[in-house]
Amino acid sequence: MESTSHRFPENARAALTNEALQSALGKLETGFVVNRATAAGRLPEFEALRDQARDIKNHTLAHLDYYLEAFEAKVIENGGHVHWASTAAEARQIILDICRTVDAKTVTKGKSMIAEEIALNDYLAENGVEPIETDLGEYIIQLRDEPPSHIIAPAVHVIKEQVAEAFHVAHTHLDPNRSLEEPRELLEEARAVLRQKFLDADVGITGANFLIAETGTSVIVTNEGNGDLTQILPKIHIALASLEKVTPTLEDTTSLLRVLARSATGQEFSSYTTFSTGPRRDDDVDGPSEYHVVLLDNGRSGMLGSEFQDMLRCIRCGACMNHCPVYGVVGGHAYGWVYPGPMGAVLTPTLLGVEEAGHLPNASTFCGRCESVCPVRIPLPNLMRQYRKREFERKLVPASTRAGLGLWAFFARRPALYRVATEIMGLMLRVMGGKRGRIGWLPAARGWTAHRDMPAPTGRTFQAQWAARRAVRPQSSKDASRRTKL
Amino acid sequence: MSDARAEILGKIRQSRGVIDDSAAEARLSTRPRGIIPARTDKAPGVLVDLFVTQAEFVDASVDRVASADDVPDAVAAYLASQNLPSEVRLAPDTQLDDIPWDQRPTLLVSRGKTDGSHEVSVTAAFAGIAETGSLMLHSGPESPSTLNFLPDHHVVVLRASQVRKSYEDGWDDLRRQMTSRPNTLPRTVNFITGPSRTGDIEQKILMGAHGPRRLHIVLIDDGFIGTSTPEKFDGI
Repeated sequence: MESTSHRFPENARAALTNEALQSALGKLETGFVVNRATAAGRLPEFEALRDQARDIKNHTLAHLDYYLEAFEAKVIENGGHVHWASTAAEARQIILDICRTVDAKTVTKGKSMIAEEIALNDYLAENGVEPIETDLGEYIIQLRDEPPSHIIAPAVHVIKEQVAEAFHVAHTHLDPNRSLEEPRELLEEARAVLRQKFLDADVGITGANFLIAETGTSVIVTNEGNGDLTQILPKIHIALASLEKVTPTLEDTTSLLRVLARSATGQEFSSYTTFSTGPRRDDDVDGPSEYHVVLLDNGRSGMLGSEFQDMLRCIRCGACMNHCPVYGVVGGHAYGWVYPGPMGAVLTPTLLGVEEAGHLPNASTFCGRCESVCPVRIPLPNLMRQYRKREFERKLVPASTRAGLGLWAFFARRPALYRVATEIMGLMLRVMGGKRGRIGWLPAARGWTAHRDMPAPTGRTFQAQWAARRAVRPQSSKDASRRTKL
Repeated sequence: MSDARAEILGKIRQSRGVIDDSAAEARLSTRPRGIIPARTDKAPGVLVDLFVTQAEFVDASVDRVASADDVPDAVAAYLASQNLPSEVRLAPDTQLDDIPWDQRPTLLVSRGKTDGSHEVSVTAAFAGIAETGSLMLHSGPESPSTLNFLPDHHVVVLRASQVRKSYEDGWDDLRRQMTSRPNTLPRTVNFITGPSRTGDIEQKILMGAHGPRRLHIVLIDDGFIGTSTPEKFDGI
């Protein structure tokens, strides 16, 4: 899809006044956030499992080429095929070519963020192959012709009335006066419509949460069962995944699975965790007769060894966005591309360039909540900070911000002048605040004061207070205790 | 696309500097286990109870019966409770051969995979995983995967002796079974933890998205309670 990441400020502004979106986003905090906390609380080993997950991923990244080659060898040994793609265009072409070997008319799809990343659906449709999303959320947004707004709950921004509207438009073979008020009615309709699509599809395309080097296996994790119907019913199963999805062994994969569902939906384990190895065996009575894995790089090999390598640990649980105060008010579409929230704020500039997506790492309060819930302990705030630095170095920051930072640096390098200047500034703000002690308009911060008053500073500057406290060095424990209270 | 392969592997190696993969080789051959939750550290009988508790926690229903002889009645009772016709699609699995289906002559039993026209499937399982109440199943000539996903109701016949502590114990058992082709898994291994569900409409959890609406486990208390690492239970 075409990125609108460069328009983040405009996107965010529109999101804030979108009532349906705000109603949908309001449910995040009571849903995912509470569920994750409950699941973590049920498992005393959870924090130790997070450390272990980080270590497994780091070990794998340190030997990435070794594990990828081992994975490839096992897939081939089991009768499958591995295709390597440096770019999105290569991956799309490989998939289309496979579809053409069976003259595919329709392709069912399990949920895959990599498919979104390479804009696979549009490409297949342009070339005469109809892609059908089968995850309920993905199906809804496919009908609405929009990108996902969340990596595990793609239609989290949609309210049920909008789903009903989309179904009325798309399912014209059904009674136009049928009731679609309840989520259950919507689900039943989608289940019935998609069931036939599963049975008719020539090719099934899924993503992969993990690729196991030991056995040449791709793993998918779903709750609906759509991924399984996608990969066992058609003649061909294509698993599409990026390089960093590889894991060493079944044991390591199992360890990672223990933190994945808990961090994502707060389930202990998703309903269906499925391991696929090669095509159906000679004596099997069902399953696909061909198994293909498409391995996508698309910029990831360049992240290895860079300051952004930690991002390659990501297992796509979505916890960072569920807990992000910025995501919670602007939603996923404001981020303008495939990956939203804190993980998107790091990954999108890496994949699209800081020129296109430089706004995203700035769309953060740096509260650190994302890092505190990340199952593989990615230092997301620090990675966003790296982009801010890079953006500044490349002079992509607006002139006014640069001038402001320059002015601040001038004073910061001259402590005596800085002290005097901040004293004067404090005094001026106090005068501006008047009796109420609130400032309603500030020349350099109009965007801020347009929506709320700024409280005028009271008392002295931090440096003045600090100096005063240093002057009265604590002599007794009583003083020390007083000091900690200040 | 061999060019892409060389290019990608080349880039990765470039960023690595000194290349020593002995740690990775060792990992693939020794397959070290990670942390296994202590909740599974239970005496065999209690482990089966944990499995039942965890399975019910994820909205599966469990019916415990004394022997294989009781299974036809248990299945018939389940069908009646759900107002379903007295008809099931049975996996052609030898594990189910000791069940006397003819005791219930009104229960219509056919065997094989499904094309989606069967409302209720009955399958065996490879193992039950107590840690999360998950069922471990795998594909094969006797156990078609379609039976696990297409019917509205999935009935699984599990024996208490098949209950394992962790997924890792399940993997070890499966590896032992695959001795003819080491490190080769069946085409499909399913861990099934409760029925199909979705939260994609306003985060409201609904059962029966695309897979079975209900998962019903008939658990045969077959007396022998095994684990793949019985020595760990010494002294309990």
